[in-house]
Amino acid sequence: MSFDLTTIWAGIIALAVLIYVVLDGFDLGLGILFATERKKENRDIMMNSVAPVWDGNETWLVLGGGGLLAAFPLAYGVILSALYIPIIVMLLALILRGVSFEFRWKADTGRWIWDAAFIGGSTLAAFAQGVTLGGLLQGISVDEAARQYSGGWWDWLSPFSMFVGLAVVVGYALLGATWLVMKTTGDLQERMRTRAWHLGIATVIFIGSVSIWSPILQDGYFYRWFEGWHILWAVAVAMIVLGLAWALFRALHVHRHDHWPFFASLGLFVVTFAGLGLTMYPYIIPTTVTIYEAAAPRQSQIFMLIGAGFLIPIILGYTAYAYYVFRGKIDVDTGYH
Amino acid sequence: MWENVDAVLLARIQFAFTVSFHFLFPAFTIGLASFLAVLNALWLWTKQEHYLDLFRYWVKIFALAFAMGVVSGIVMSYQFGTNWSVFSDKAGPVIGAPMAYEVLSAFFLEAGFLGIMLFGRERVGPGLHMAATLMVAVGTFISAFWILSVNSWMHTPAGFMVDPETGQFLPTDFWKVIFNPSFPYRLAHTVTAAYLTTAFIVGGVGAFHLLRRRKEGAEPSKATRTMFSMAMWMAAIVAPIQIFLGDQHGLNTLEYQPAKVMAMEGHYESHPDGAPLYLFGIPNDEEQRLDYAIGIPKLSSLILKHGWNEPLDGLDTIPDGDQPPVGIVFWSFRVMVALGFAMMGLGLWSLWARYRGRLFYWPWLHRAAVAMGPSGLIAVLAGWITTEVGRQPFTVYGLLRTADSAAPLDAPAVGASLIAFIVVYFAVFGAGTFYILRLMSRPPVPHEPPLKAEATGPTRAAGITTVRRE
Ligand code: HDD
Ligand code: HEM
Ligand code: HEM
Repeated sequence: MSFDLTTIWAGIIALAVLIYVVLDGFDLGLGILFATERKKENRDIMMNSVAPVWDGNETWLVLGGGGLLAAFPLAYGVILSALYIPIIVMLLALILRGVSFEFRWKADTGRWIWDAAFIGGSTLAAFAQGVTLGGLLQGISVDEAARQYSGGWWDWLSPFSMFVGLAVVVGYALLGATWLVMKTTGDLQERMRTRAWHLGIATVIFIGSVSIWSPILQDGYFYRWFEGWHILWAVAVAMIVLGLAWALFRALHVHRHDHWPFFASLGLFVVTFAGLGLTMYPYIIPTTVTIYEAAAPRQSQIFMLIGAGFLIPIILGYTAYAYYVFRGKIDVDTGYH
Repeated sequence: MWENVDAVLLARIQFAFTVSFHFLFPAFTIGLASFLAVLNALWLWTKQEHYLDLFRYWVKIFALAFAMGVVSGIVMSYQFGTNWSVFSDKAGPVIGAPMAYEVLSAFFLEAGFLGIMLFGRERVGPGLHMAATLMVAVGTFISAFWILSVNSWMHTPAGFMVDPETGQFLPTDFWKVIFNPSFPYRLAHTVTAAYLTTAFIVGGVGAFHLLRRRKEGAEPSKATRTMFSMAMWMAAIVAPIQIFLGDQHGLNTLEYQPAKVMAMEGHYESHPDGAPLYLFGIPNDEEQRLDYAIGIPKLSSLILKHGWNEPLDGLDTIPDGDQPPVGIVFWSFRVMVALGFAMMGLGLWSLWARYRGRLFYWPWLHRAAVAMGPSGLIAVLAGWITTEVGRQPFTVYGLLRTADSAAPLDAPAVGASLIAFIVVYFAVFGAGTFYILRLMSRPPVPHEPPLKAEATGPTRAAGITTVRRE
């Protein structure tokens, strides 16, 4: 594995997508969990816990997309037109939930509409992202001469992609629940502890099933994980996932920590994501187009790398600052000063 | 009637629909972000309460418009791939980088500091809060810079070569890509347009409350007068500048995209000795002539070539397959220009009223200002339609045809998503507009409550103090 520009760009985009998944993951997850809390005060608290940061979280999605266009234009075009329906559904769902943050406070009799839009939009966006991932993993047909997608507009639809969709919904809900354990107190926090544990178990089951299902789907994946000594990798990853699940349980119910459950579930996402990366590399469109075939020319990569190298650290800095400004509990009794 | 409806046409309608909706929000928020920064600075500087009241009044509207700008913008950045995948593959190496720079240098800046601007005054103190407000305003400008650079490159491509194997555009000089020939004009004209749009909305709301107070027989509040006065200064100063910038932009377009100017002017045939400026006419593409034309002889040559008798080519010099649809361009251009002059007219009227001491007491002026409230939004859309339709049938001017840019999608897929977009946009942005109008219909009051502390907000509900919104 040589560390050339193309690999670096693949790494940057993977990083942007990972940051997106964990950040917007918890605020989409919070939207999914909105359905389980009916009391207005609780919903207010939940929404306020992410109101100052959700826009920043979603911007990582724009970087993922924009970065893909810039660094791997072929992949950007092919993947988005192949997964047309799930992408459009995701965009529409993100509209519904994004505006709910503002509209909810402006509607008096119609608040239930925006509550419903927030729940529906968050759930649907999470599901569509999972379907997109599933659709990508199961492979996309490409007409390499014409540099175009060559399948139909329903090719993405399969039991596998639906299953990955569900997995993402559950995983995001887990992130949301542990976020709320961190940001709330009292009853609400208690309920979230319980939910986090159930969602944690479900997430681990989903991770396991997808890990077994995808190698069955694609020989290349099978080889990568299960053949010969590669199986050691699979075992190692499985151990880490189980270890994190154990840590999640201890943090939630034995030590009753506020912060560690969130970090344990972030850990689950990071490991799963790294696993996915290993599964796909060096393909960007499994199993037809590699990152090298899709890469933008060198001069474009260099020009962007200057900006990215300079700006991403700054962005991380002020994003961290914004989280720091709004740190602490959103509390019914003591308030969020 | 459906036989001509193919996936490309549907994709074009979809792009035009979503980008037009999207742009309505930036057109307003770019100006409003700066207005808020100015108000906040004035408050910090003078400590006069009504500036803070105005900030709090407009920031609520800003939050709504900004949220709608963000979500409709995310759609745009994915639409290049979903609907224009071939264009993305070919032009991505050139335009991808400036678009990535936009995300890195503008969107994160806006999003990162928006939270602090909206909710953080108590948490970070006035100095840092001011800095955050400025960052958001600067972010909107940087965003306009990059996206307009990209868009201008598509109109006047420069600094690239074409890869003979893949047909991709490859950058040879990014400086030339970014500062391509039409970019400075488009940037100046569009950002000024955003300022005017905001000025007329603010002025319209101010005028509305002036009229209301008059009907109630009361003196208008300081805050209301201030916002009306500030808006009218903008109108008086900036509208003439915009007309000048538009003229310069047109000269630049004449140089690089003459066919577009021919369509704007309705010049089907060439005029070897002085072309007329048509004020009215019905473009007839079939017959290649302007029906019922009313024009001022030779004026077009004077404006575009600075001489009464200068020759101007017409569309008869452009091959049929390379002509833009004249009707749309001809009319949208006239709408924009007419509104530009109307804006200047209102600005001059306000100067006169100011001089006579009647700025706050002239109901007809206020009625006109209310009527002109949305004029910026309409002019901006008309301007973009002129620009974008006028460059057809190309996406990268002269090099890549629109028909060759589209994704290999089936018409039903694009049609279905188009319908979904239309339904969702009208419902969601319709509701948003309603909420904005409702906020506007209430006058700014002394000790204007901060964002979200309204009756429906959490602060009063059950006495919970959650995030205090500014
Ligand atoms: C002249 C200005 C201008 C123009 C022509 C456009 N935009 Fe825009 N856009 C903005 C000015 C802007 C802004 C002022 O920066 C916004 C508006 C509200 C906001 O949140 O930022 C924004 C938001 C915005 C966002 C959300 C950013 C976020 O997550 O915070 C995206 C992804 C885009 N835009 C993408 C586009 C694309 C792909 C366009 C072209 C087709 C486009 N915009 C035209
Ligand atoms: C934000 C304000 C904008 C508006 C209101 C606008 C409007 C339009 C309209 C009406 C069309 C359709 C033209 C036709 O089909 O005849 C179009 C096409 C197009 N515009 Fe723009 N545009 C805007 C900005 C941009 C920007 C900033 C870009 C590039 C980054 C862009 C890229 C395109 C592309 C690729 C097309 C081709 C699709 C087509 O031909 O329909 N536009 N736009
Ligand atoms: C009499 C005054 C005006 C003139 C002569 C004028 C001229 C022009 C011209 C020639 C274009 C097309 C440029 C091209 O595509 O190559 C244009 C585009 C545009 N105009 Fe105007 N304009 C005027 C007033 C206005 C006003 C008042 C607004 C809005 C408040 C506005 C907003 C726009 C926008 C947003 C565009 C599209 C972006 C661009 O290409 O710059 N214009 N204008």
